[in-house]
Amino acid sequence: MKFGLYPGCSLEASSREYLESLRAIAPKLGLEFEEVKNWNCCGASSAHAIDHLFSVALPATILAQAEQQQLKDLVVPCAACYSRLAIAKIELTENAKVRNELQAKYHLSYTGTTNILTILDVLERVITPEVSKQLPKRFTKNVVCYYGCLLVRPQRITNVQRVEDPQQMEEIVKTIGAHPLPWGMKTECCGASFSITRTELVGKLCGRVLDDAVCRGAEAIIVACPMCHSNLDMRRSVIEHVTGKKYTIPVLFITQVIGFALGLTPAQLGMTRHFVSTESIVSTSV
Amino acid sequence: MLQDQKYRSTLSGTLYSKLGIHVERCYQCGKCSAGCPAASAMDLKPSIILRMLQVENERYDREVLQSYTIWLCLSCHTCSTRCPMEIDIPRVMDVLRSESLRQNLIHPRAKDIVAFHVSFLNTIKRFGRLWEVGMIVEYKIRTRHFFQDVLLAPVLFLKGKLTVVPHKCVSIKQLFTWKKQESSL
Repeated sequence: MKFGLYPGCSLEASSREYLESLRAIAPKLGLEFEEVKNWNCCGASSAHAIDHLFSVALPATILAQAEQQQLKDLVVPCAACYSRLAIAKIELTENAKVRNELQAKYHLSYTGTTNILTILDVLERVITPEVSKQLPKRFTKNVVCYYGCLLVRPQRITNVQRVEDPQQMEEIVKTIGAHPLPWGMKTECCGASFSITRTELVGKLCGRVLDDAVCRGAEAIIVACPMCHSNLDMRRSVIEHVTGKKYTIPVLFITQVIGFALGLTPAQLGMTRHFVSTESIVSTSV
Repeated sequence: MLQDQKYRSTLSGTLYSKLGIHVERCYQCGKCSAGCPAASAMDLKPSIILRMLQVENERYDREVLQSYTIWLCLSCHTCSTRCPMEIDIPRVMDVLRSESLRQNLIHPRAKDIVAFHVSFLNTIKRFGRLWEVGMIVEYKIRTRHFFQDVLLAPVLFLKGKLTVVPHKCVSIKQLFTWKKQESSL
C-alpha cells in the first residue's frame, strides 16, 4: 500500500525514533511512503495561539504540495501535525473567505483532494489477522494505550466513535499479542507544548497518567504522539520531582511495539534514544 | 438572540461576526471548567470567561483579555468535546489571545508563554521548519530563563535528538515566492 508521508519537525529531532521505527516496519508490512517535498512546519500549537491566518497558511502550503505530488492519502504520524492539517483542510473547505485570502496572499492552489490519515488509520489497515498469525514474535505485555488529545479531539475532525474511550489503538495492539488494560487517563492531556514554559504543570499532568498506568498493572504505555512521548519519557525526572515518586514504566511508540513483534531489534526501533529504559520490555518479551 | 447591532463593539460581537460562535448559548453547566486540565492554575475558569463575555461590558471584556487563563489554555479540546451547547471554546481562546496581543493586555505571568510562541514562529519563518536550538536560544534571550534545562541539552544531543545546524528546508519566504512564480507561469 502506498501513502504520502508528512513527518513533521518532531519526527526529525526530538522524536526521531518514531520515524525510524515507522520506516523500519514499513517494508515488512508492505507499506510504501512518498514524503511531501520541501515540507514546512505545520505551525503546531504556537501559530493558532496568536496568528490564525498563518496557522492555516502553513498546513495549506503542505496540502498544496501534497496535491501537486498527487498524494491521495497522506499519513501524518504526529498527532499534533495531523490535527493542524485536518483542521486547516476543514477551514479551507468551509471558509471561502480564508481560502480566498490565502490564494491572494500566497497564491496557494488547493482543491481539497488529499485524504489526511493518522498512523492508527494506516496500521489498522495493514495489521490484519493474517499478518498477526505470521509474526515472528508476540508482544505479550499488559499495556495501556494513551491517546492524549489530538488523536481523538475535536471529534468533528477525527471522527472517532467513542471520544472518551476510543478503541482503535487497543484493537491494533491486541492483534500483536498485547493485553490492553482499561484505564482512566487515555484521553487526558499531557501538557503538550507547555513542556518548556510550564514544566511543572506538565509534571503534574503526566504524573496522573503514570500513576494510573502503574496502578492498573501496565508494563508499558503505548503512544502515537511525539509530544505525549517526550513529556512522559524525556520529562520523567520532572514528573518524579513534582510527584515525589519514582516510575520505571517505559513509554513506547505504537510503531516500536509492532516492530518488536516483527522481530526488529531495539536499536533498529530507536529504543536507545529513550530516556526511560525499555530493558524490562526488551529482555522479557518472546 | 441579541441584535447584531448591539454585539459589534464587544468581544462577543467579534466572536459572533468572525466565527459565528454564540457565547450566549452557554448556560453555565461548568463541564468545561471541571474537565480542564489547566483549570487549577487559571485565574478565571473557562465557564467564568464565557459568563463574563455574555455580560458584554467593557470592564469584563478587558478583564478577560488581561486574564492568565487565555494563555494557559492547552487547546486540548476537552471542554468543547463535553460542552452540551457545542461551543468551540479553544477557538474562543485563540481569538481572545490574538485580541489580547493586539491590545497589549497580556497578563504579566504569561509573558514567557507569549515569548515561546513568538520564538517558535520566528524560527519557522526563518527556516521553514522548527530548529529547537535556534528557538530555545531566542526564547532564553526573551525571557532571561538562561539556566532552564541546560542539563538536558547535552543528553538530548548525545541521543541524537538535537541538531546543531537547522534542517535543510526551503524557507517559508522562499516557499511562498516559489509558489508565486509557479502560479504565474
